[in-house]
Amino acid sequence: MTGSHGANPLRDAADRRLPRIAGPSGLVIFGVTGDLSRKKLMPAVYDLANRGLLPPGFSLVGFARREWENEDFAQEVYEAVKQHARTPFREEVWQQLVQGCRFVQGNFDDDEAFETLKETIQELDKAQGTGGNFAFYLSVPPKFFPKVVQQLKKHGLADQKEDSWRRAVIEKPFGHNLESAQELNRIVHEVFPPNEVFRIDHYLGKETVQNILALRFANTMFEPLWNRSYVDHVQITMAEDIGIGGRAGYYDGIGAARDVIQNHLLQLLALTAMEEPASFEADALVAEKTKVLGAVRLPKDLGKETVRAQYAEGWQGGEQAVGYLQEEGIDPKSKTDTYAAIKLSIDNRRWAGVPFYLRTGKRLGRRVTEIAVVFQRAPHSPFDHTATEELGQNALVIRVQPDEGVTVRFGSKVPGTSMEVRDVSMDFAYGESFTESSPEAYERLILDVLLGDANLFPRLEEVEQSWRILDPIEEYWDKHGKPAQYPAGTWGPIEADEMLARDGRSWRRP
Amino acid sequence: MKIDLTETTASKINKALVEGRRAVGTPAIGMVLTLVIVTDEENAYDALKAANEASREHPSRTLVVIKRVSRSPRDRAKARLDAEVRVGTDAGTGETVVLRLYGEAIDHAQSVVLPLLLPDAPVVVWWAVNAPLSPAKDPLGALAQRRVTDAYASEQPIQELSARAETYTPGDTDLSWTRITPWRSMLAAALDQAPCTVTSAEVEGEEFNPSCELLAMWLASRLNVPVTRKVSAGPGLTAVRMESSSGTIVLDRPDGSLATLSMRNQPDRAVALKRRETSELLAEELRRLDPDDIYAAALKYGVDRLGHQGDGKPAEKTSEEPAAADNASAKPAAKKAPAKKAAAK
Repeated sequence: MTGSHGANPLRDAADRRLPRIAGPSGLVIFGVTGDLSRKKLMPAVYDLANRGLLPPGFSLVGFARREWENEDFAQEVYEAVKQHARTPFREEVWQQLVQGCRFVQGNFDDDEAFETLKETIQELDKAQGTGGNFAFYLSVPPKFFPKVVQQLKKHGLADQKEDSWRRAVIEKPFGHNLESAQELNRIVHEVFPPNEVFRIDHYLGKETVQNILALRFANTMFEPLWNRSYVDHVQITMAEDIGIGGRAGYYDGIGAARDVIQNHLLQLLALTAMEEPASFEADALVAEKTKVLGAVRLPKDLGKETVRAQYAEGWQGGEQAVGYLQEEGIDPKSKTDTYAAIKLSIDNRRWAGVPFYLRTGKRLGRRVTEIAVVFQRAPHSPFDHTATEELGQNALVIRVQPDEGVTVRFGSKVPGTSMEVRDVSMDFAYGESFTESSPEAYERLILDVLLGDANLFPRLEEVEQSWRILDPIEEYWDKHGKPAQYPAGTWGPIEADEMLARDGRSWRRP
Repeated sequence: MKIDLTETTASKINKALVEGRRAVGTPAIGMVLTLVIVTDEENAYDALKAANEASREHPSRTLVVIKRVSRSPRDRAKARLDAEVRVGTDAGTGETVVLRLYGEAIDHAQSVVLPLLLPDAPVVVWWAVNAPLSPAKDPLGALAQRRVTDAYASEQPIQELSARAETYTPGDTDLSWTRITPWRSMLAAALDQAPCTVTSAEVEGEEFNPSCELLAMWLASRLNVPVTRKVSAGPGLTAVRMESSSGTIVLDRPDGSLATLSMRNQPDRAVALKRRETSELLAEELRRLDPDDIYAAALKYGVDRLGHQGDGKPAEKTSEEPAAADNASAKPAAKKAPAKKAAAK
């Protein structure tokens, strides 16, 4: 942690070449054979090692049912790293990493396996000098959380010692409504203290999302406009072009709103709408985020101001796609939403009367996540109506993924004509100004877990607040009507367009 | 695409840059800095290659200034400027202009470079070889926020360090300092793990490698203890030993890639410490463009005050006149060490 560096004479705040290296520690991954682990976690660990950010002796322990020896596990990590790592493969980095690779085979209710895990950790403390500091990454379906957490407690693996730490890392979903989220939090916090629980929302690890704060609070030119006097409305979109793929079991009954709006989109909303935090300490940030989430109000008529839908058969990007209800493993009568759009307002002085439109969906036109702050029209225009006919509203768009960057749209005179104003865009692309240097979100987040830096992790309060926002909508949807349909590959159902049209607005085509 | 211009001027080069950009279809791109590389014909290719690789992280306009040697007295008197403009895939992610100066134009390189700088963006000058004695006073160096030299590339690297210390101006930096960042971060991490008071240190590495001296001076300026420089066969830096209140801390890298960190009461651990390519060094150098005060403090410590093993000259006891700031920062830090344990709890 940063505090402990104060005493080290080799460290100096002015010495900004020295990276933050995590202290002696190790990472235990449950469900290490899963996709996330192979495609994201293991490569991220390697990339961190390659950038010299892992402590000497860093250890990686895999826990899964598969009957593997340490060597098989190392081989698996090797292949995952070769295939998915962002940085080039270097033998000496691999040599450093492989010395700390261990595998423990077992089920989650297998006491013996957890005893072996305990011995492995003790062995690593001796052989690798990990100092008893371990993070447990639960890359497993949420139904196993209670079991794993209980086992960790039972075998003394979660005991916080005086001079070492034990941390839990959990992935979404954090429950499926307020009640289950509270239950989950209770189970986890019974074993790990709140400040040692890290909830991963990988969106918050993205450079562009962190850039929202830089854009708003490090500049002078945006913040004066960032309020109801100038902003007409805000649109936050996360679109995917894929269907549910093989995730039928997980997705059905959860749906787009719970899967995406509850965590990613409400976090983006909080970052876009919050007041300036007193500092960039985790506590100050979380205070502002919870404050603004607490001020979020639902529309009065949930039937008119929210839309849910399912993708129907259609063509997506030149390929034929089946409808949601025809997907394998989906009940043909399912009411699960694959598209959700909601209108929220924020009851405070800054945002009163400015609607925030949130939408997400699968099998939409293309994969894109963006925040569009749309400004009001100029109160008076000296130009003729015909001159500004093609002029839209000014907008500032933060492109979160892909093609990360910021676009500003404004009107400009068309050359050659007498006087005609048309929309043009001014563009900042990350890829142009800082190519290739962007670390993957998981790299940043794993490093932060090891450093104990909780800035980029949603806290318990935020998770509960977001469920408070979403629960009434889900309840309404359960009781009223059924999802609309939209052809795969389009930008959502007509109902969503009508919802904005009633307000005299329209969705951006991202 | 490439545009060759002979006997040209800066304004014609600017025009060629705009034309080139139009032709490849990128009328404006977000370049973040202008990198001026000063070199001779012999080293130009490697320097430019490194700069193009570094431009993937820092898209930049790269101006390569090559001072040509003219043979006959008549040619030496005649000024001439040739330029090669590269945009698009030929120039990494930015734009490159190779400037060849002949005759009297050699002494007025800044007059060509100044009109070609990107508006507002910071300027970095890198002398791949033959850095001037006082980089900040050099006409090209005066245009830049950041002046990068490389003591390793000079004939007498160690004397070069002393000269750099004398003329140091905020914004100066040296690639032999950049080379030791991984070592410094690993040594700092070692002290993070075992808070202790270091009593003396030894840096071992090949002769004529100024990085060894810089690392030794950095340790001396930070820890306020005598530091000895020991010569080994290399490659590069081979080991750092620190005697401390809790035993010897050794970071040993015999083969130039995989190092071992040994500390008392702790298992030996492997650490990847590969010697880096010039492009990586340059990319690190371009990451921050503010003055590097830590480098200044290390450089100003003075090569002469390091001890040398074997020549009977003991490492100088510090404390009589190290920069006051060093004293102030290092001593309370040493006293704070025991308190750290309590804080960690």
